[in-house]
Amino acid sequence: MAKEATRAAYGKALAELVQENENVVVLDADLAGSTKTAEAKKVCPERHFDMGIAEGNMMAVAAGMAASHKIPYASAFAVFATGRAYDQIRNSICYPNLNVKVCATHAGLTVGEDGASHQSLEDIALMRALPNMKVFQPCDGVEARAIVKAVADIDGPCYVRLGRLAVDTVNDPDTYKYEFGKGIVMKKGAKVAIIATGMMVQEALKAAEQLDFDPTVININTIKPIDKDLIIETAKTHDAIVTVEEHNVIGGLGGAVAEVLADQKERCPQYMMGVKDEFGQSGTPAALLDAYGLDAAHIAEFIQKL
Amino acid sequence: MNVEELKKHANHVRQNAIRAVYSAQSGHPGGSLSSADILTYLYFEVMDINAENVGSIDRDRFVLSKGHITPGYYSVLAEKGFIPQEDITTFRKFGSKLQGHPNMNYIEAVDMSTGSLGQGVSTAVGMAMANKLDGNKHHIFTLLGDGECQEGEVWEAAMAASHYKLDNITFMVDCNHLQIDGEVEKVMNVYPLDKKFEGFGFEVVKANGHDFEAIKNAFDYALSVKRKPAVILWNTVKGKGVSFMEDQAGWHGKAPNEEQFKQAMKDLGGDE
Repeated sequence: MAKEATRAAYGKALAELVQENENVVVLDADLAGSTKTAEAKKVCPERHFDMGIAEGNMMAVAAGMAASHKIPYASAFAVFATGRAYDQIRNSICYPNLNVKVCATHAGLTVGEDGASHQSLEDIALMRALPNMKVFQPCDGVEARAIVKAVADIDGPCYVRLGRLAVDTVNDPDTYKYEFGKGIVMKKGAKVAIIATGMMVQEALKAAEQLDFDPTVININTIKPIDKDLIIETAKTHDAIVTVEEHNVIGGLGGAVAEVLADQKERCPQYMMGVKDEFGQSGTPAALLDAYGLDAAHIAEFIQKL
Repeated sequence: MNVEELKKHANHVRQNAIRAVYSAQSGHPGGSLSSADILTYLYFEVMDINAENVGSIDRDRFVLSKGHITPGYYSVLAEKGFIPQEDITTFRKFGSKLQGHPNMNYIEAVDMSTGSLGQGVSTAVGMAMANKLDGNKHHIFTLLGDGECQEGEVWEAAMAASHYKLDNITFMVDCNHLQIDGEVEKVMNVYPLDKKFEGFGFEVVKANGHDFEAIKNAFDYALSVKRKPAVILWNTVKGKGVSFMEDQAGWHGKAPNEEQFKQAMKDLGGDE
């Protein structure tokens, strides 16, 4: 299977977008080579602005550009984009509802060797709690490309969570179509439904093959607004839901699904797989996913025991 | 407009600022009064904003980075006719467009929502960068407090304005030397601001922020600077115009009682 990091797909899509839409501007915080916005700089240097290692200023500058009718794509590592610049995203972007696209890379444990300081496990929770903000996480390069293009036409603040690691391309580039706010049933099965986001979708698909029954696998690429109808229907027609994410179990996809199901009477139980309210550490992505119980083998084992 | 007319407008702005804070029984009179003359001159003599172009970005824009001095800011906008005068007493009340800190989506003439110190100046830099990109010749102005300059983001914004050679933005600092906890120099000294801004590549202008001749000259000079940004350090008096508020940190964010309100209006030659 072909592999591509969602950040790599972001760079390619952005390079097309700056050429297609003259209102698109790109801002980066000295990480253009890593976030891949350098791809856009190559083709359109006059609309790529390096703002230096100053994420807070970058986000508020992006807000000022949006107030001037630009469509800024602002990138940094997820931990700094959403953590260091949280107040700027809250007060200068979300409160005035300005059209800024925060495309953050290096989210989750699979940053790997850089360790906990660089592994963002709280960003979905932070961004999801902000009024006006919409939250996206593509599962592969095909979906990343589609979402990066789609958010240019979705008015208001958007947060796109991207990864460093090259991941399997699980979607067919010829037939894939992104629909805002709609979850995708990747595999229709019974009894247990695995609801995953980002690269956990590929781990869930692999886990499904290791089980002695066929579970349902759902990809939630739009975490906010989340596909309530699909989640409620899934909770009615399955015996258990297992949410899987490369994020703290507090406030992420699992939390978002639990919020949808909280007032439902006809529903199955929900189990949450994710990082259990702790920091990451250095290691290879594979070693970390194993250690934190988030690879296909651990997902399959957990479901088999239900 | 002659100096007497400007003084009349500025005095009315001060009266309305006090009226707003008294009516809300909350808000920030001190910095509203220290910046009243500067903002009056900016809106009446410098910016090309009017009833026809107010809804567009094809005009000069202003970002109130020290977002808490809404009593003065809204009063200037009311003086220009962008906010109905009678709305001033709805300030900070439930359902009012006159929020405690400015919201650009509620008032057409407000160019940016602000309130978290240090951010407005960055958004102003973003506007100036966008204007450069578009060949939009209009100018961006932003007003900061001297205490606000303790925020690191102010210097990130200054660095960017200088790096991108933004001669289409003017930073202004209301140097009243007081912040909530006391004297700026004692709380956390940010001075000398002239040397700091020079170090960041700015053309620095210093002027008396209560003398309209000096205000005019400072704007004229700042707007003539090319290939680098300019900052005007306004030497001002916090609480200017109200006897018992002048140079008192305690009046940064406090509302007058009835007796104090009457005294303030008397000081400002008002009719209440």
